[in-house]
Amino acid sequence: MFDAPLIVGVGNTYRHDDGVGPWVAKALAKQGYETRIHFGDGTGLIDLFGKKSNIVLVDATRSGAKAGTHVQFDAISQPLPADMFHYSTHRFGLAEAVETARALGVLPKTLLVHGIEGALFAAGRGLSPSVEETAADLVQHYASRPKTRKVRDTVSDVDPSQLT
Amino acid sequence: MNDRVIQVNELARVEGEGALYVRINGDDVERVEFRIFEPPRFFEALLQSRMGTEAPDITSRICGICPIAYIMGACHAVEKALGIEVTPQIHALRRMIYCGEWIQSNTLHAAMLHAPDFLGLPSAMDIAKTNPELVRKALRVKKMGNTLMEVIGGRAVHPINTKVGGFYSAPDPDAIAALIPELEACALLAREITLDFAKFEFPDDDHDYLFVSLIHPDMYPILEGNIGSSRGLDIPPEEYPQHFYEEHVERSTALQGRTADGLPYLVGPLARYANNFEQLTDNCKATARDAGLGPVVRNPYQSILVRMIEVQYALEEAARLARIYEPPDPPSVAVPVCAGEGHGCTEAPRGICYHSYQLDDDGRITFANIVPPTSQNQPQIEVDLQRTVEGNLAMTDDDLQWRCEQTIRNYDPCISCSTHFLKLTVDRV
Repeated sequence: MFDAPLIVGVGNTYRHDDGVGPWVAKALAKQGYETRIHFGDGTGLIDLFGKKSNIVLVDATRSGAKAGTHVQFDAISQPLPADMFHYSTHRFGLAEAVETARALGVLPKTLLVHGIEGALFAAGRGLSPSVEETAADLVQHYASRPKTRKVRDTVSDVDPSQLT
Repeated sequence: MNDRVIQVNELARVEGEGALYVRINGDDVERVEFRIFEPPRFFEALLQSRMGTEAPDITSRICGICPIAYIMGACHAVEKALGIEVTPQIHALRRMIYCGEWIQSNTLHAAMLHAPDFLGLPSAMDIAKTNPELVRKALRVKKMGNTLMEVIGGRAVHPINTKVGGFYSAPDPDAIAALIPELEACALLAREITLDFAKFEFPDDDHDYLFVSLIHPDMYPILEGNIGSSRGLDIPPEEYPQHFYEEHVERSTALQGRTADGLPYLVGPLARYANNFEQLTDNCKATARDAGLGPVVRNPYQSILVRMIEVQYALEEAARLARIYEPPDPPSVAVPVCAGEGHGCTEAPRGICYHSYQLDDDGRITFANIVPPTSQNQPQIEVDLQRTVEGNLAMTDDDLQWRCEQTIRNYDPCISCSTHFLKLTVDRV
C-alpha cells in the first residue's frame, strides 16, 4: 500500500508527443488518481508544490535519446537536468520551476519526475507508437499499485482533452 | 585576425525560435540579423471561410502568453464588421481581464526572464537562491494576474468565457469583490519590485525612438483609443494599413513592420508610457519618479522598470474596476450574421496588435490580416542591435553576446506570435 500522489501531466496535447504527460494523467484519472494537467509557463507548478506533499510530474523529454525512453528523477534528492525538459513557454519550464521551488524551500515532501522521450513535437494530436507504449507502461505501473485512498473519481479541473 | 562572427543559434528566455547573427570586420559592423526561424503558422489562411465569430477563439491560439490580446483584437474587428457595440459594463469587464494578462505576462518577463540579465545570472532560479524574497513577490503578483483571468475568463491560459459581443456568462460580483484585497496588496508589491529593479546598473543608451501605441485622452489605453505616435500620428485603427506595412525578408519567417515611409518603430511598454504618461495613476507616476524615470524613457534597458510600472497600473486599474463592477446583463449583446469589414487594435503586453477581417453575407471570413507586436518591433530590434554592437566592439565575444541577448529581451519578443526567437552568431571576419 502506498499514499497516492497527485499526478501532474505537463505538456500540450496539440503538439503530438509533448502531450504524453497529459495522456498519462488522463489515463490515471480513470484509475482514481487525483490528477492535474499543466500547460503554460512553469510558475504555476510552484503554486501547486505548496499545496500537495506528494507529487508525480510526467513530462516529455527532448534529450536526443531513442523515442519512448523513460527516465525517472527523484527531484528531492537531485537537481533536474534543465536541458532535458524543453517544454516551456518563454523558457521557464518544468526544470526551472522545480529548481526555483527548491531555492525557495517550497518543494513538496516527495517529488518524482518521469520523463518520456518524444519524437514528434509538431502541431497535431496523438502520440508516436513508441511514446504511447512507454506511457502505457507507466500508467500500468501506477495502476497496479494498491492505494491507501482514492482521492476523487473525476479528478481533472477540466477535461484534459480540451487543453493545450 | 580582425574579423569576428558572433552567433547565437538559439536565444534563451524568449518565446519561440530565433537566432542572432553579427558579422564584424575590424571596426565595421557589416551585418546584424535578427533571424526568426519559427515555422510560419498561416493563421490568416486557416481563418478563411470560418465564421467571423470563431476568430477570437482561433486567433487566441497564436499565443499562450497573450491570448486575451488576440481575443480582444479579433472581437473588436468582427464587432465593427457586424456593426455592433458592446455595453460599458462588457467593455469594463474586458478591460479587467486584459489587466490580468498584462500583470501575468509583464511580471513573468520582467522578474523571471529579464531581471537575470542585470544581475549577471543565467536564470530566475539563480535569483531565487540569492534573493528569494524578490522571486516570492514576483510569483505572488504573477499569480494575481492568472487568478484574474481565471475568475473572469474561466482559466488562465486560453480563457473560454469570452466571445464576440461580450461574455458567455458574467462573473459573480462576490467573486470579483474577493479579488480586491489581493489586487491592492500586489499593486504595492509591484511598486516594491520596480524600486528594487531601479537599483540595477543599466547600460548607457539613449535613442530617439518613434513610439507607436494606442492613445487615449482619459485613460491609459489597453483596448480603446486611436493609434498614435510620439511624432503626432493620431488615426483610428481602420487607417492602420495606410500608415504602416509589413514586408518579408529572407532571414525571417515573420513579416517585418515599418511605417509607410519605411521607418522602424517601437511598440510596447516604452511607447505606451511615453505617449500616455499623463493617463497613469498618481501612484504609478510616483513610482516612476522614485525609480528615477521621467515621462519619456529612451533607454531601452529601462523598459524593465516601465513594464513593472504598467503591472502596478494594471493591478490598480483592475481593483478600481472591481470596486465598481456591475455584472453585464445580458453578458453579451446580440450578434447578427451579415457582411462587413472591420478593424481592431488593442495593446498586447508587447505592443499594439492589429486585426482586420472581411466577412461575407453568411458572416464567414473572406479576408484576415493580423499584425502582432513582435513583427512590428523586429526592424527596431535590429537597429538597437547594430547600435549595441557598434558601441561595444571592445567587449569579448561572450560579453557582447550577453549584451545582444539582453538587448533583444528588452522587447520581450514573442516569436511564436510574430510567425504566426534566438540563435546568436557574431562573425568577426
